[in-house]
Amino acid sequence: MTPGRPLHLAAEIGGPPRYDPDHYLGLARLAERGALDYVTLGDSFARPGPDALSVLARIAPATDRIGLVPTVDTTHTEPFHVSSAVATLDWVSRGRAGWRADVSTTEAVAGLFGRRTARPAEELWHEAGEVADAGARLWDSWEDDAEIRDTATGRFIDRDKVHHIDFEGDSFSVRGPAIVPRPPQGRPVTVIDGTTAPARAAAARHADVVHIRATSPEQAAAARADVHRLAATHGRAAHEVRVLVALAVDLGDAETAPEPGLASGPPLAGHGTYFRGGPVDLAELVSEWYRAGAADGFHLTPITPARDLERIVNGTVALLQHRSLFRTFHPGGTLREHLGLARPASRYALARTAGERR
Amino acid sequence: MHLAAHFPGVNSTTVWSDPRSGSQIDFASFEYLARTAERGTFDFFFLAEGLRLREYDGRVHDLDVVGRPESLTVLNALAAVTDRLGLAATVNTTFNEPYELARRLATLDHLSGGRAAWNVVTSSDAFTGENFRRGGYLDRADRYTRAAEFVAAARELWDSWTPDGRPRPFEHRGRHFDVSGEFTVPRSPQGHPVVIQAGDSDEGREFAASSADVIFTRHGTLEAGRAFYADVKGRLAAYGRRPEDLKIMPGVTVVVGDTDAEAQERAAAIRRLQVSPQNAILALEQVWGTDLSAYDPDGPFPTSDPVPDSEFVQGRVRVADPLAVASRWRALSREKGLSIRETVIESTTRQSFVGAPETVAAELTAFVDGRAADGFILVPHLTPGGLDDFVDRVVPLLRERGAFRSEYTGSTLRSHLGLAEPVGKG
Repeated sequence: MTPGRPLHLAAEIGGPPRYDPDHYLGLARLAERGALDYVTLGDSFARPGPDALSVLARIAPATDRIGLVPTVDTTHTEPFHVSSAVATLDWVSRGRAGWRADVSTTEAVAGLFGRRTARPAEELWHEAGEVADAGARLWDSWEDDAEIRDTATGRFIDRDKVHHIDFEGDSFSVRGPAIVPRPPQGRPVTVIDGTTAPARAAAARHADVVHIRATSPEQAAAARADVHRLAATHGRAAHEVRVLVALAVDLGDAETAPEPGLASGPPLAGHGTYFRGGPVDLAELVSEWYRAGAADGFHLTPITPARDLERIVNGTVALLQHRSLFRTFHPGGTLREHLGLARPASRYALARTAGERR
Repeated sequence: MHLAAHFPGVNSTTVWSDPRSGSQIDFASFEYLARTAERGTFDFFFLAEGLRLREYDGRVHDLDVVGRPESLTVLNALAAVTDRLGLAATVNTTFNEPYELARRLATLDHLSGGRAAWNVVTSSDAFTGENFRRGGYLDRADRYTRAAEFVAAARELWDSWTPDGRPRPFEHRGRHFDVSGEFTVPRSPQGHPVVIQAGDSDEGREFAASSADVIFTRHGTLEAGRAFYADVKGRLAAYGRRPEDLKIMPGVTVVVGDTDAEAQERAAAIRRLQVSPQNAILALEQVWGTDLSAYDPDGPFPTSDPVPDSEFVQGRVRVADPLAVASRWRALSREKGLSIRETVIESTTRQSFVGAPETVAAELTAFVDGRAADGFILVPHLTPGGLDDFVDRVVPLLRERGAFRSEYTGSTLRSHLGLAEPVGKG
């Protein structure tokens, strides 16, 4: 039986460091041809590689539908700058931006900045949650119709529709409002890898998409239920959150030595459980887990992007499409539309109109 | 001659009430202007920065264009739709950190094939600081020492890879920064992004002479331009630099018409749109430091004197001596019989080059030949069509005169500007 809800697929396009935009553009276009929801580009201040958000901005005008999700460090960056950059990625991609919030726990990264020492993950994920919260408030701080261009009164904006956020967190505060007007999606999509407990706590409260790790459908279903349970404690309904299983996939031996199913492979921090096999085997796994209701979809990290992403799109995805388990084109234009997530109203607009009704 | 274009956005120059005025935020506007600049074989395209919306009396300023995207992200996207045009971002050194910004700039330089530039500015007040972790503010001297050390640290990072492409550990210990580790981006296609310095203060001139590739100034007359040019070029030798190592590029406005007279009429009409009745009162409030909304912009000046050190208007450059400005405006108003609005228009007019295409081309060339500038940064008043007249009507004349290139000869911004590539230290 095919579940009534659509399957979501995403892929990582990072790998060994490359500084050539055409490399990333080729992979993103491939993923776009496969009608995937989004591509992620991993990033860290600690290892060689270009700034991920910049790379995805560089390829945004040369792609049409694919969602663009860079990893963003919330530990050593300014929340105000992060919010502006992600909102701008949404403007230049016309509504296809997301961001994957991450933290830096090492002294090595702290030394690059020299303004704070390394801190435990619990503390940093709490802060990451605050960065996400402040960011969302900044994205809401301009109501959608704040720009009025009223020549009669000489006013470019209606300043009653542009709001200070007055955010006070435990380690920073932001007065607002945003410099960037409300982005096309209202709020770009927030993605968090919810594998560890402190990250999952932040994800359940702030993320639209949560990546989890599991080695069986039962484990995935349990993790998904846990995310939903935690989200509910923040007043969030299950349909507001997508849970994707993170899989590192090695399709290299497909023709010669198929090894279906999960295998314990090399440790790949941050990239999920290791899968080794052929594109058809991967399609079987996706179908089986998905039909079992274990997840809303999968985030696939090809071990060798140029080779494995091609096999994912032309093999696995093509088969899933043939079985009518996955879409053959993007029916919408924005990442929220791909994910079936509603465009949120500005909380300040809601508060203002509620106030007017009273 | 070097030419660059500023994106018309959040300032009192941009006219939004014109029916041809488009979005200041949609990517299509940026793409249109950048493509126009590249069609005109401009050296670079220039974006300003915003860190806090302007306010007065505790409320967001609502009369000018408000809201803009973040510069580096827009420029990366523009790198996809242009081939040769330099891409310059204004980014402050007060509320950023060297490692992150050096990395973002080096990334833009790679992704654009060597077309990145950084306009180094500082932030001046605690008002802006309220949006940042650092909070607060730095006094004037500290802002400049932090900026100089910031640029030096960024250059250490850009130089830190070995010629065979491996990161070499860096260590910078200074008064403002204490950073060490490995930089994640190799040496970029033009060695370093081009460094632009904006400003006219003594500290700004010295900083530019010591370490900038381009200085962005504002000098309306040939005489003022020549004096500034001689002063700044004269400071270079002390730093072991040659006069051609720093390009002087004033920000200018240009209004073109079929005839000189028609261009003058157009310029006057544009000034009236830039200084709306509401903006005239706001300009007055900025000087007086108090609410003057009851005054008639077409009437006489208030008889009361300005309030010194008022916090009424925030997020704008403060008027240095309000009493002096007030007495100058009153005198101008009496002498010529001008209303508040007419006085503001007359005393704040910055239309630098106004005339038929031939006139404008001749004047621009005279500035460069007369050693008042190495080129210009055009500040159009309309988004996104504000460069059309200049590129279609003036650029061909500059090319005919042999004053400006007909095609790009290099691919990097340094090559457009005739600047040497920095010597690597890796």
